[in-house]
Amino acid sequence: MSAYEPVIGLEIHVQLKTRTKMFCGCELSFGDPPNIHTCPVCLGLPGALPVTNARAVEFALRIGLALGSEVAPRSLFHRKNYFYPDSPKGYQISQYDVPICLGGELGGVRIHRVHLEEDAAKLVHVGQSGRIHGSDRSVVDYNRCGTPLVEIVTEPDLGSAEQAHEFLTLLRVTLRQLGVSDVNMDEGSLRCDANVSIRRAGSDTLGTKTELKNMNSFRFLERGVRAEIERQTELLGAGGVVLQETLHYDPVSGRLTSLRSKEEAHDYRYFPEPDLMPLVVTEEMLAAARAAVPELPAARALRFEHELGVNAGRARELVFRSELADYFEAALAADGEAGPVEVSNWIPQLVERIGSDADPATSRVAPAALAALAGLVASKRVSRDAGRDVLTMLVAEGGDPATIVEREGLGTLDDGDELAAAVDRALAADPDAAEKVRTGNMKAIGALIGRVMRETKGRADGAEVTRLIRKRLQS
Amino acid sequence: MSAWIELTAAEAVAKLRAREVGARELFEAYRERAAADDLNAYTWVADGAPDPIPGPDTRLAGLPLAVKDLFCTIGIPSQAGSKILKGYRPPYTATVVDKLLTAGATLLGKTNQDEFAMGSSTENSAFGPVLNPWDRRRVPGGSSGGSAAAVAAGIAPWAIGTDTGGSIRQPAALCGIVGLKPTYGACSRYGMIAFASSLDQAGPLTRDVTDAALLLSHMVGHDPRDSTSIAMPEPITVPTAEDLNGIRLGIPEELLGGGAEDGTGIEPGVRASFEAALKLAEGLGATVDTCRLPHAPHALSAYYLIAPAEASANLARYDGVRFGLRVAGDADLETMYGRTRGEGFGPEVKRRIMLGTYALSSGYYDAYYGAAQKVRTKIAEDFAAVFSEFHFVVTPTSPWTAFELGAKTDDPLAMYLNDFCTVPMPLAGIPAISIPSGLSDGLPVGFQLAGPAFSENRLLDAAYALERAIGFDAREARSA
Repeated sequence: MSAYEPVIGLEIHVQLKTRTKMFCGCELSFGDPPNIHTCPVCLGLPGALPVTNARAVEFALRIGLALGSEVAPRSLFHRKNYFYPDSPKGYQISQYDVPICLGGELGGVRIHRVHLEEDAAKLVHVGQSGRIHGSDRSVVDYNRCGTPLVEIVTEPDLGSAEQAHEFLTLLRVTLRQLGVSDVNMDEGSLRCDANVSIRRAGSDTLGTKTELKNMNSFRFLERGVRAEIERQTELLGAGGVVLQETLHYDPVSGRLTSLRSKEEAHDYRYFPEPDLMPLVVTEEMLAAARAAVPELPAARALRFEHELGVNAGRARELVFRSELADYFEAALAADGEAGPVEVSNWIPQLVERIGSDADPATSRVAPAALAALAGLVASKRVSRDAGRDVLTMLVAEGGDPATIVEREGLGTLDDGDELAAAVDRALAADPDAAEKVRTGNMKAIGALIGRVMRETKGRADGAEVTRLIRKRLQS
Repeated sequence: MSAWIELTAAEAVAKLRAREVGARELFEAYRERAAADDLNAYTWVADGAPDPIPGPDTRLAGLPLAVKDLFCTIGIPSQAGSKILKGYRPPYTATVVDKLLTAGATLLGKTNQDEFAMGSSTENSAFGPVLNPWDRRRVPGGSSGGSAAAVAAGIAPWAIGTDTGGSIRQPAALCGIVGLKPTYGACSRYGMIAFASSLDQAGPLTRDVTDAALLLSHMVGHDPRDSTSIAMPEPITVPTAEDLNGIRLGIPEELLGGGAEDGTGIEPGVRASFEAALKLAEGLGATVDTCRLPHAPHALSAYYLIAPAEASANLARYDGVRFGLRVAGDADLETMYGRTRGEGFGPEVKRRIMLGTYALSSGYYDAYYGAAQKVRTKIAEDFAAVFSEFHFVVTPTSPWTAFELGAKTDDPLAMYLNDFCTVPMPLAGIPAISIPSGLSDGLPVGFQLAGPAFSENRLLDAAYALERAIGFDAREARSA
């Protein structure tokens, strides 16, 4: 056990997938030619004024409701002042001391706040370095400028890089379920910074924290946080002190470099945005947001576990990819003979066959077909092994499992004579094993069962084969 | 043609609508005069009448309009009196201008102003100072000095300007015309190059109160592009009141007397004109009494924290990246910012950016910006209390008449005192109008009435009745 324990909090930026930008009517885009989605407002031209996107407010409310936050009936936008070419007005409109949502909890991690703001433009540095210093010139693409963002800040409740990863996974699936964002880290619609500190195990005072920026994938988040925990642990272990600073994680070298220290911290000179009225949330707005919040992954997992009897691990596996959970529920709705647990056990089999990133709803296997297959196996009309072969065929060609079973002759050997004959042949073919079983060495029975299964191409029911072998050898 | 030019705007609109004169003819007459402007009132004058020109069936029938430079006009220089915007032609038109053009106004020219509306004399323009048509050695007031001078000189039938701390009312007073600052939010600010967002309001500068009402009636209204704009509870109507029966006028002691020792005293000639106007008001049936605005003496201090603070952010966009001046050379980003802003902004603008940046800085916010906002709230409460007893608050608009060019340029604080009587109203968001009350040593004096939010119609009615009793006509007075 390390003498230190990590304390981690996350700041997550989520691009909302509204049709238009946070404060103007320009459409959101990704990958379009530069500077085609701009107007006087998002270019910060003289005289232009912001108008708050009502849809973005609704999305923020959905997020707040989903996280169990307290919604502020009246919140404020502030101006956060800084000079940089990605900020055309010279300030970002963001929420400061009175955010739209306060508090909340997700997956055991407390939420500090949720607030609305606007995204910056994208700078492209032309030249060798790829960064602003040393580049030949820099060009700005304002298409992204003004995209609505929600910033979610957690309390420092995470104790490891793995926990941070797991929380972010749950948050992402929750946001996806809410329909408010594409939550794609590659495209930047989900971005995560981490505040990391360590303290002596068992201590209740917080150590000096550093802020890690630019962890633009789940893997980098976990690696970056782990690297920073190691760095701080070594530093303190060697009698050093952690400096409050902002660090940049380079996923290629795995190195952390300092962007700025506390002394160099910006004074953003926040003040209330005079171009906007306070953001007043009415009962109607809340009701609309509430109506748009579906059952969320955490609650869904509990329901699968408690009402359907699915084990916790499988339930989480399903809800972390809501398309799996949706498929699962569609299969249950098909009213097959199999129970929820049996049906749920077939989902990983399906995923394995269609590819781990594919949505089963777009596969050739209809939910009803999977339910029917689970039913055939559960009622022992098809053996488990044969069922897997049927699934492979369903993935390749679609259709009805019963038809495939019929066509391929994969039904369980329920004809007692045929199976009995196969058992007799197996006993005759391996008299040693038969003798061992007869004299009580049950380990040897596996070889005999294997023979029967091979001969029947897996159509036999394993339990029935076992019963028949024992019966024959006892008599 | 000069006979047509002698008409007030409302009269000219009537003649245009009656087809007694053609819009193109009238536009050309004004255009020639504006092009020959020797007051430096204009920074841009139209080459010719728009084609097609609004017809006699439109509400403003093609009557020309002068527009303060800081209103964005598509494809036409909109430079806010600043070198940093020299030659800037915006890709869109301000809502207020758009509404007026839609109503049938025609754009005659853009008028000179203090840079980014920061000033009280129009001497802070990058395009040179404007001269007061009453005395060319004197300033026209500011910041809407070009609009005021153009209307007073008859080289525009009427004009629009903006008022943040007095920038419509004070130049109107110093040029002997009418200027009205509406309730905050009555006119859209969309496309108005911002100085201080929570204070800026567009308004009319006109020869008389009727013109002000007519022009204002086409400016107001909620604009979906400005969330701080709000629909007037009733349309602006042309004033008709003939008396002030039952009207109670309050003279705030704090604005009239107390400041004398520290240099804010009202000039004797201004005081005499103000008192004469009050006598006329009483003659029309008004009762006049003193009232208290206990926090008004702090208004100027609060204003000079809030306005520069907002300006420091509003002016951050002039960074040489996307439009306007860029002074770069081989410089890196920060040097380019420094050079561009260093060369592009004038000294008063830099002073206010520094003041505002300081007032918002970490550790100083509460003491400066925060405290100023509290004062602002108190001032609004003071006015609310006064309006429970009085219909209007009245003061001289400016403590003095037009001063000589250069007289106050070396003393920013003396310049700021111009706004002593005009600053409390925008801080409270309430409307106020300045009308000429007569002359002092041959120079016009302004009389200010301020009313509760959205009291424009009543304010215009009272000003109209008083205007008739005063009987001042700028052009007659000057030709006399």
